[in-house]
Amino acid sequence: MNERIKPIVMPKWGLSMSEGKVTGWLKSAGAKIAVGDEIVEVETDKIAGVVEAGDAGTLRRVLGEPDTIYPVKALIGIIAADDVPDGEIDAYVAEYASHAADESEEEEAAPRYEFVDTPAGRLRYAKRGDGEQVIILIHGFGGDLDNWLFNIDALAEACTVYALDLPGHGQSDKAVREASLKGLSDAVTGFMDALGISLAHLVGHSMGGAIAAQTALDHPDRVSSITLIGSAGLGAEINSGYTDGFVAATSRRDLKPVLEQLFHDPATVTRQLVDDLLKYKRLDGVDEALRALSSALFPGGRQSVVLAEALMAASTPALVIWGESDRVIPAAHAAALGDRARAEVISGAGHMVQMEKAGRVNDLVIAHIKA
Amino acid sequence: MARKISVKQAINEALDLEMRRDPTVIVLGEDIVGGAGAPGEIDAWGGVLGVTKGLHAKHGNRLIDTPLSESAYIGAAIGAAACGMRPVAELMFLDFMGVCFDQILNQAAKFKYMFGGKAKTPVVIRAMVGAGFRAAAQHSQMLTPMFTHVPGLKVVCPSNAYDAKGLLIQAIRDDDPVIFCEHKNLYGLEWDVPAESYAIPFGEANVMREGEDVTIVSYGLTVHRALEAADTLAKGGVQAEVIDLRTLSPIDWDTVIESVENTGRLVVVDEANPRCSIAGDIAAHVAQNAFGALKAAPQMVTAPHTPVPFSPVLEDLYIPSSDAIVAAVNKTTARALAA
Repeated sequence: MNERIKPIVMPKWGLSMSEGKVTGWLKSAGAKIAVGDEIVEVETDKIAGVVEAGDAGTLRRVLGEPDTIYPVKALIGIIAADDVPDGEIDAYVAEYASHAADESEEEEAAPRYEFVDTPAGRLRYAKRGDGEQVIILIHGFGGDLDNWLFNIDALAEACTVYALDLPGHGQSDKAVREASLKGLSDAVTGFMDALGISLAHLVGHSMGGAIAAQTALDHPDRVSSITLIGSAGLGAEINSGYTDGFVAATSRRDLKPVLEQLFHDPATVTRQLVDDLLKYKRLDGVDEALRALSSALFPGGRQSVVLAEALMAASTPALVIWGESDRVIPAAHAAALGDRARAEVISGAGHMVQMEKAGRVNDLVIAHIKA
Repeated sequence: MARKISVKQAINEALDLEMRRDPTVIVLGEDIVGGAGAPGEIDAWGGVLGVTKGLHAKHGNRLIDTPLSESAYIGAAIGAAACGMRPVAELMFLDFMGVCFDQILNQAAKFKYMFGGKAKTPVVIRAMVGAGFRAAAQHSQMLTPMFTHVPGLKVVCPSNAYDAKGLLIQAIRDDDPVIFCEHKNLYGLEWDVPAESYAIPFGEANVMREGEDVTIVSYGLTVHRALEAADTLAKGGVQAEVIDLRTLSPIDWDTVIESVENTGRLVVVDEANPRCSIAGDIAAHVAQNAFGALKAAPQMVTAPHTPVPFSPVLEDLYIPSSDAIVAAVNKTTARALAA
């Protein structure tokens, strides 16, 4: 393939995504594109999102039609320098289809999810990449490994990435044997033991950040670094309207406004996203697990465990990332570690900053790990 | 963990999981074991279409084959429920309810009311409904409106395997009598279903597809005809919102009204005969409560007011088709344009 021509393809956001709908282009054909520019809006059956440019150049072709569904990796646009002849671009487009088909066959051979038995129960996880360094992605309260759907493949280009469902979450066992930060941290180290991971970079979102921090404090020899994203454990404040509302919601009507608090752009919350969460919340055991964790970690609308002081005294390298308009845990907590950690507050993002500004978050995590 | 299973498997799985969870759950009906007691015949049938197949091997005498005597075993199930059991009685075809209707209408439905809340009747009556199975006029009726009419009964009619499992588990755990209607032409339909137990609350409709031009309300088999119609309409630029009611009593009026207030047009699809039907009920309710939002008269797409025909050709015409739904939607948009 011509290396001067950069394809824009239907992204694969999450292990279960097989197709997506182009809902609208944010740049017109002929526009100058910089790395990180938001180019096209895509909607999947899980979530709506924006494709960011990975390369600079001119948007030479807009191939994806609005309101049309394309399979993952289908060519929807072309970025190239102005001096690349049109004929070369046309040839590239013609050749692309057969090239993509070969890659898709290879991918289908890989398992989407795996399961491992640990002292905390049977846990589901996904593994991507084969780099020397290991990243473990830890989701937040009520989430699952698909919360990393915009991150897992990008991070896997640099490292071996594991994303797990915590006990009581996703498709892992629903019984939470010890509903505490310590109990969940033990579940993570149990997961590492079961898979033979001696050392890992822990990347945690929300409650998952506090779990990563607790693990680094308890087992500094097993944690290379921590990345705390919109993290719990850095201050006492938390939006109890969100946590209580999430636990209590039993219908789509109740849950949708609660979930909208997670995002800078509430339109990100699709019907399918709400339905998927309802399906999870209705599984036997989930309600009990969420109530137990909520009362242990966020009693009376406050975080019961604040680890900032202990982290200030610890030596594990730390990176803090926050969405500026986080409505669940205030972005002011990003400064809790002072000079001890780099803190990035990203505008245009809420609590799910790793989804809403995935490109920026992925770059920060990779730079942090490589440092 | 989600995997694809059929509606029939989902119902079997719901019964299995609830029998494992709760020792008071028993299952009874005609041929649900099939030849029990005869050498080599145990568990041969699992009901007329094999829905309970395999359960006898797992749960033994908690599955009870009954004589061909609906009034007796439906009455026994209702009595057992009043005494602390959670029976699931299979009525085979809902068409057979005539001989045991007194037990349902005058006993089960009224115990809680007549005893001031001191009695409860947690019985589930499962039965097949619907046409398209070449089973003619006495085995093919959609009698959902008859039960929905009775206060004290809950009426459920799932359209897919995920809902069938979650709604049946909810039905078994519910303290009121539930009529659980299974469309026989959906038994083979596969859907993503978690292996774990889960319960779907009653009275919550499912918006299967969002749209802003017209609301199509349905339940059971015809939900799929409505979705086919929505695909056809989308090609012509009409975006239909398709609502699966899931439960007819209780019914989720809020979702229906909210949708009509957004779209301004209503088409109700019901496989039951048109007079005093679910379709008529919904059309009337919307006219009464959201008249100001309507841009056109509500339309009903139903079976004709006849028994289900024996002729395959006529039977196929009997069930509301996606073409009929498209025509009804076009009628609402044409009237709006004329205005």
